[in-house]
Amino acid sequence: MASTRRMILLGGLGAAGALVVGAVAYVGWPRNNIVEADALAAGPNERFINNWIKIAQDDTVTVVIPHCDMGTGIYTALPQMAAEELDADWSKVKVEAAPADAIFANGPLGEGFILSTQGMTDKDIPAFARGLVSNTFRTIASFMDLQVTGGSSAVRATGVYGMRIAGAAAREMLVKAAAARWNVDPSACVTRANRVIHTASNRSFGYGQLVADAATYSPSSTPQLKPRSQYTLVGKPIARVDIPKKVNGTTNYGLDVKQPDMLYAAIRISPVFGGKLKSVDSSAIDHKRGIVKTVRLDDAVVVIADRFWRARDAVAALDPQWDTNGNGAVTSAQIDARHNAALKSDDLKKDISKGDGPDALNRGRLIEATYNVPYLSHAPMEPMNATALWRSDGTLEVWSGTQDGLGSRAFCAKVANLPMDKVTFHLLPMGGGFGRRLPGYFNFLEHAVRTAQALPGKPIKLIWTRDQDMQHDYYRPNVTSHFRAALRPNGMPVAWLNDYTTDSGANSEAHIVYDIDNQALRTAKVETHIPTGPWRSVEASWHGFFIETFVDELAHAANIDPVAYRRRLLQHEPRHLAVLNTVAEKAEWGTPLGPNRARGVAIFECFQTIVAHVAEITLSGGTLKVDRVVTAVDAGMAVNPDGMKAQIEGGIIYGLSAALNGEITIDKGAVVQANFPDYEVVRLADCPQIEVHLLTSDAPLGGAGEPGVPPLAPAVANAVFAATGQRIRSLPLKNHNLTVAQR
Amino acid sequence: MTVQLKINGQTHTLDVEDDAPLLWVIRDEVGLTGTKFGCGIAQCGACTVHVDGNAQRSCVTPVSSVVGKEITTIEGISANGNTAVQQAWIDHQVPQCGYCQSGMIMAVTALLKENPHPSDQDLANAITNICRCGTYPRIRAAVRELAQKA
Repeated sequence: MASTRRMILLGGLGAAGALVVGAVAYVGWPRNNIVEADALAAGPNERFINNWIKIAQDDTVTVVIPHCDMGTGIYTALPQMAAEELDADWSKVKVEAAPADAIFANGPLGEGFILSTQGMTDKDIPAFARGLVSNTFRTIASFMDLQVTGGSSAVRATGVYGMRIAGAAAREMLVKAAAARWNVDPSACVTRANRVIHTASNRSFGYGQLVADAATYSPSSTPQLKPRSQYTLVGKPIARVDIPKKVNGTTNYGLDVKQPDMLYAAIRISPVFGGKLKSVDSSAIDHKRGIVKTVRLDDAVVVIADRFWRARDAVAALDPQWDTNGNGAVTSAQIDARHNAALKSDDLKKDISKGDGPDALNRGRLIEATYNVPYLSHAPMEPMNATALWRSDGTLEVWSGTQDGLGSRAFCAKVANLPMDKVTFHLLPMGGGFGRRLPGYFNFLEHAVRTAQALPGKPIKLIWTRDQDMQHDYYRPNVTSHFRAALRPNGMPVAWLNDYTTDSGANSEAHIVYDIDNQALRTAKVETHIPTGPWRSVEASWHGFFIETFVDELAHAANIDPVAYRRRLLQHEPRHLAVLNTVAEKAEWGTPLGPNRARGVAIFECFQTIVAHVAEITLSGGTLKVDRVVTAVDAGMAVNPDGMKAQIEGGIIYGLSAALNGEITIDKGAVVQANFPDYEVVRLADCPQIEVHLLTSDAPLGGAGEPGVPPLAPAVANAVFAATGQRIRSLPLKNHNLTVAQR
Repeated sequence: MTVQLKINGQTHTLDVEDDAPLLWVIRDEVGLTGTKFGCGIAQCGACTVHVDGNAQRSCVTPVSSVVGKEITTIEGISANGNTAVQQAWIDHQVPQCGYCQSGMIMAVTALLKENPHPSDQDLANAITNICRCGTYPRIRAAVRELAQKA
């Protein structure tokens, strides 16, 4: 492929006579002055790219999306943003997925990622990708360049910095074309519903009629953008474009790929992470019906067959011998003991400190507590899978659903030791992502490519069974957090000290929003052989629980109502206060509930969105039921309010599954849980009534997919305390013997 | 061996083992991929189909057990994807990733045939399918509306 780094602007007539617009700020360009460009923090070699809009002569507007659909509604919300600026007629807007091609990601950071995959080691990639979703490494450009769908970034980054600009730039080109035909000034023209209108003479052209002329202008990278007050599409609960195909079974996910002469493969990976296949005797299955080949990979054995169930049954019948790489005796108890030892050691690394830091600890009454959360699996409904075809001409074609099409292509090229232009990657919708399918966590792609290499000329669909999926995930880390706080005589904290374990580095989500003069945060590094990765809301999934439950402890120690206590600590945070007050009012905080019932509150900001939950629970006979969750959300504004609500609802339920039952444990160096009975998740019977209240503020747009998760577990745990007097300092709740307090 | 399966009104003569799982026969032999694989042990319901009108988890159903029966998949419940349940799913914007929804729709369709006016509790008891995106509140709302309309 020709280098597209030199392609400054992407204007002009496409092959089908369509106007193709994408404004590209470029290496060496001066810093962009567009609205909100400051947020880009662009250095001299940094830039951003926006997405493409195509306008056809029949008036169809096609918006090309550089993200994959994993169910979050971005195939509707992003076109809404582009169509808003373009003044498009929504009934004529279509959506397409961007191909996994560098033209949609031609940035230094994209290149950097591809380069890093060329020299990657097992450690480099997870570290890099972890950085992507951490606040320290997160830039708008990186997400877009990499085509990553994650970090609740699509609307915040691609939408704000790409879609709006592409739409507005296209609109300007169309206006110029119309104005030239009428020989009037462009400022005398307005746009509405796919038409440019000259108000004075009441003449108009449809966008399709202007396509050819408009394509002769260069797209501006600094077009005039609408103020929010003029929005007519953004902010409306427009029906999602992907849903009709999802109710009749016609959405084709990675699992559904069909290719001529396709074979199927099933895999067994070393149960102990990092283990190697020593040997496997396949003689008992070689001659079974449909079995084509047994492939011995470095860390796995794969059986290829003409049908999946034959491959699955055959690989299950094998007795592979593994080298466990010295980790065959590791248990969860040992890992927890290492956490506790690390937190007690002198080897803690300072993160942030404020005021007098730890020296302020003796200025008040000491409150101290240690918290822990377990490893968690993502468990998306569609197990990992990929289809790969290794051709005899030395090219590779791969089909899969991942959270990064271009990154997947680069990864497959690296695995196959091929240049990028010999690799085609077809990005397909995902049956759930939640972080599992982000770059850095592509072990399923590696296995699919290596399997294809072992049998050239045939497309082979490798499907992980659920147990392989659950036992070879990149888990939400097991984290232990130790707090010490000092309370003044009035009950408010004068010092906040927090030490926590990490397998990567300091977590910005541990930084509290609460107004406490003296703070000190330190990290204790604990490395294990358990692979970890971003899990819906990433660091906030653990620090949200730790911080919001410990603050609740402080409120109760101070004998102050938990909402009132938080209000005092948030008096300089108007957005947080508004969210907290809204949720308290809507949940009727403080009004009496029936016997065995209680409420708990928590508030947390994640990916620029502030979410507060009030959970209402009933405890009967030691059984916990979450009856109702009332939620307030400030994401600036919701591009699609119904879509935003759906994401918050989903975050609540994902968080509730984890809070109630989610736990991956380690024995003999391997994951114990294998499928849903031993990794139970919320089903309809456990699903609370959910009420989501959206607030509007002038803040930049926040994320939607993840921010509902972090405050859920602490809201429920705090409700449990209110009902029982039992302080829940570890998850999941199923491990606690809950009894209602006698009052 | 050869088995004859009647799927969506059409008879397929298939050369598969007696104990071949119906899910994979539907997907890989017949080529209907709307029915999904989630857990393989009848826990999640992504593979739900109708056998003589009743919801059944096809991942653990040996084909020999459904010979001579009417098998219906998501592709077979309507020509245009517009049954009352499907339309309610659109009206309530139920699906997110959508992967579990074929199974959900099949399970709910079978429930409503048996009990056209399910309460929330009836629904929770009958539908144990897993959705990881968390579409349950909208499923509940959609079924409430269907129960009212019926």
